[in-house]
Amino acid sequence: MFNRLALQGFGGVLAVAQHELVERERWLTPAQFLELLSLGQALPGPNIVNVALMIGLRFHGARGAAAALAGLLLAPLLIVLLLAALYERTMALPPVAGALRGMGAVAAGLVIATALKLAGTLRSNPLGARLCALFALLTLLAIGALRWPLVAVVLGLGSVAVAVAWTRLGR
Amino acid sequence: MTALLFGAHGLDSGVLPGLFLHFGMLSLLAVGGAITTAPDMQRFVVGEQGWISDAQFTSSIAIAQAAPGPNVLFVAVIGWNVAGLAGVAATLGGSLLPSTALAIAAAHLGSALENSRGVRAFSAGLAPLTLGLLLAAGWILTDPVRDSLGAMLLVPFSAAVLLRWRISPIWLVGAGAAVGALGGAG
Repeated sequence: MFNRLALQGFGGVLAVAQHELVERERWLTPAQFLELLSLGQALPGPNIVNVALMIGLRFHGARGAAAALAGLLLAPLLIVLLLAALYERTMALPPVAGALRGMGAVAAGLVIATALKLAGTLRSNPLGARLCALFALLTLLAIGALRWPLVAVVLGLGSVAVAVAWTRLGR
Repeated sequence: MTALLFGAHGLDSGVLPGLFLHFGMLSLLAVGGAITTAPDMQRFVVGEQGWISDAQFTSSIAIAQAAPGPNVLFVAVIGWNVAGLAGVAATLGGSLLPSTALAIAAAHLGSALENSRGVRAFSAGLAPLTLGLLLAAGWILTDPVRDSLGAMLLVPFSAAVLLRWRISPIWLVGAGAAVGALGGAG
């Protein structure tokens, strides 16, 4: 099951997962899926992997979790490593090097599009638009320009942001 | 055989513990998904250790996006480029083990957790940081192509197309490859 999901999931698996698990197989109701997804997103680590693990656990215990993880990762891992090995052999050829530069630029654009989509959802954030913009900007500066270690930024700035959110949620 | 196991860069097994530990630490910091830790991966493997070049780093993520499967597999390609199959085990294992353990623990605690004030404050507080991290990741991925006008035009173009139309990103990755192969990103 998760194998089929994974192989359909060019550029990310979440949307396909929702379609297959909720609409086609009816393993989960839309509300259950959303609930697992929000938990998977609150936890650190790759979201879809977390969701797959929790679904596997819920239905079949530890064996289900292992099956979900293997199904999700093994076949795509083989494919991506074959591509990487192929690239390693051919990267001296100008068209291959050029293609990878083009793909790298698109990859950057895709990540920025994800960021802009997320920015839209921040409207309903309890921190408010101004504080959200401030925290995002400080993070961008610290990580993108100053190249500070992530652990310092998440523990420092992140604790402040979570503390502010905590007090605002209490009102 | 050694090249397959440890990669083609002459690195030996001495790099593996550092690689595993760094990716394991980042796994616990990946509150907005694995890609939000890409800037710190780049800082570590390219800047601090010099194990791969910034072009190899960006290519690793591009290759993972050109293949089916969860995006987190880009860490496997980085591992491959640093130290072959042993590197894959170090980066992917490091990225998955800590967060997997946490997810299993959370699944046992179940839904009692998810509407608590603490969890909501955690998600809400870290959301703007995720936004900043994604923007930083996008910027850092352009490191190797910032000298090329064609490539730098591809960045906002692909972001705009993806936001405007609901198309699969694989078409954009393919278009980027075609433009680049014809010399448009040189």
